[in-house]
Amino acid sequence: MEQRELICIGCPLGCALTVQMNQGEVISVSGNTCKRGDTYARKECVNPTRIVTSTVKVTGGELAMVSVKTREDVPKSQIQACMRALRGVSVPVPVHCGDVILENVAETGVDIIATKTVEKREGVL
Amino acid sequence: MENRKIVIIGGGPAGLAAAIAAKKAGVDDVLILERDVRLGGILNQCIHNGFGLHTFHEELTGPEYAERFIQEAKAYDVEAWLNTMVLSLSPDRQITAMNREKGVFVIQADAVILAMGCRERPRGALNIPGTRPAGIYSAGTAQRLVNMEGFMPGKEVVILGSGDIGLIMARRMTLEGANVKVVAELMPYSGGLKRNIVQCLDDYGIPLKLSHTVIEIHGKERVTGVTLAQVDERRRPIPGTEEFISCDTLLLSVGLIPENELSVQAGIWMEAATQGPQVDESLSTNLAGVFACGNVLHVHDLVDYVSEEAALAGSRAAAYVRKMCAQDTAKETLEKENTEMENAESILLHATDGVRYTVPKRIHLVQMGDKLTVRFRVADVYKDKAIHVYYDDRLVRRIPKRVMAPGEMESVVLLKKDLMQAEDVKNITFSIGD
Repeated sequence: MEQRELICIGCPLGCALTVQMNQGEVISVSGNTCKRGDTYARKECVNPTRIVTSTVKVTGGELAMVSVKTREDVPKSQIQACMRALRGVSVPVPVHCGDVILENVAETGVDIIATKTVEKREGVL
Repeated sequence: MENRKIVIIGGGPAGLAAAIAAKKAGVDDVLILERDVRLGGILNQCIHNGFGLHTFHEELTGPEYAERFIQEAKAYDVEAWLNTMVLSLSPDRQITAMNREKGVFVIQADAVILAMGCRERPRGALNIPGTRPAGIYSAGTAQRLVNMEGFMPGKEVVILGSGDIGLIMARRMTLEGANVKVVAELMPYSGGLKRNIVQCLDDYGIPLKLSHTVIEIHGKERVTGVTLAQVDERRRPIPGTEEFISCDTLLLSVGLIPENELSVQAGIWMEAATQGPQVDESLSTNLAGVFACGNVLHVHDLVDYVSEEAALAGSRAAAYVRKMCAQDTAKETLEKENTEMENAESILLHATDGVRYTVPKRIHLVQMGDKLTVRFRVADVYKDKAIHVYYDDRLVRRIPKRVMAPGEMESVVLLKKDLMQAEDVKNITFSIGD
C-alpha cells in the first residue's frame, strides 16, 4: 500500500485529498467534499489530464486574439504538443463562442474550440 | 438631463449580474455604463478555465462565463453604453460621464449600482530600489498583452507575488515559450488559490519561494535581472541570503485595490480593511439609493460569488426604485423613511481575532431576506480552527475548518429566523477560535 497526497483542482475550494494505492491502482480516496474530487484523484494517479486554454490570432476583428480551449481534457503529456499545433493558427472574423478552430489537435481526438465571440472591426476606435 | 431608473457603473461580471437581477425584479429601465469596448470586464482576458462551477455546475473559461451573462443581459433588454467613462457621481445620484457620441453628459438616476471592480497594485506601491527600466509589468497587464493584444512581454521571467493572476501568468507565459524562473512571495504562505499552485506551478516545475522578495531591480534600458532575498518574520531581508537572478521581465502580482475614486468623491463611507464602501444587508451604502457589489466592494477570489452578490444588489436596487415610484409624495418621504430606518434598530457586524472584516457591516432585520451570506477574510493561515459566531456575548455557532488562509474568502450564512428567535441582538461578532 502506498499513499498519495493531492490537492483537488476540480474547483477553487482546493480540497486536500488522500489516495490509497496498491500496485498502481487506486483503492480509496478521502478528503474530498464532492464527487468531482473522487474522479479527479483517480484520474490524477493513473492518467492525469488537463483542459488546455490559449489564444489564436484573428484577422479583421475588434480584437487581435481570440481565446480557445480543448473541448475536453487532454493527457497532461500532450499539453506542449497542443500548444505547438496552435502556433501560427489564424482565423478570420466573425468567430463565435463554441466554433471549432482546429479539429483533433495533436492527434488527441479532441477539438480546439473558441471561447469568445469576436465580431468584425467597425469604425475607428 | 436624462432621467433613468437604475444606472450601473461598470459592465464586468458584477455589473452584468446586477443588471439582469434588476430586470428580473421588474425594473424596465436599466442602463450599464462601461468604459471598455466590450462588456465582460476582466473576464475577457482570463482565458483559463475554472469559472462557473458554482453558478453553472460546469467549468468554463472567463470569456465563456462572461458570454453567458452578456447573452442573458441582451435577452432581458439591458441597455449598455460602451466606451463611456463616468467622471463623477454626486450624493443625490447625478452621474457625469462622457463618450464620443454624446460628449459630456449628466444622468439623474433613481438608483445607482457601483460595479467598477478593482485594479492592481503597481510597482510604485512596493518601494523596490533600483532603476526604472522597461520590462516591469503588473501581472494583469501582461495577461492583457498576451491574451488580448497578442504580444509577449518577455522571455525570461521572474514573478513577484503569488496572487492568482501571477500564478495563472506563470503558466501562460511558460506555455507561450517563456522561461519562468521563479515566483517569489513575501509572506510565508501564498496569496493565491491552492489549485493554482498545483496546476500552474507544480505542473510546470516552476519554483515558489515563500518568504522571499525582490530587493533590487537591475538594468538601465531593459530589466537585466533582479536580486532576491529571504525575509525574516518581520518581512525584512536577511543579509547573506541575496541571490541574483537574470531575467528580462518582472511581473508583479501583489494585490488588488477596489477602484473607488467615484465612491469617495460622492461621500460614501469607506471601510479601511476592504478599501470598499461600507454596506448593509441590501448592499446599500450610506447614500440612499446607491448600492455596491463585486470587486469594488471587496476583492473576491471567485467570480461566482461576485455574480451572486451582484444579483442581490440588483434586486435590492429594484426594490428601492419600486418603492420610490409607488410614493407619489416622492423623495422627501422616502428619504425621511431611510433616515428613520437608519436610526431604527440595526445589528452591527464585528470582525475580531483573526477575522479581518465582514461584508455587510450592518443588518436591518426588517429588510433582511430569509438568508444572508456574510463574507470575510481571515488574517493568517489557520489549521484545524473554527469560525466562531457570537450574538452579542453568546457563542451561537462554531464552524470547524481544516484550513483557512487569507487568500481564500470565507462565508457564513445567517438565517433571519435565528436572529428573530434570538430577540434583540445588537451585535454579531465573527472570530477564529478552537
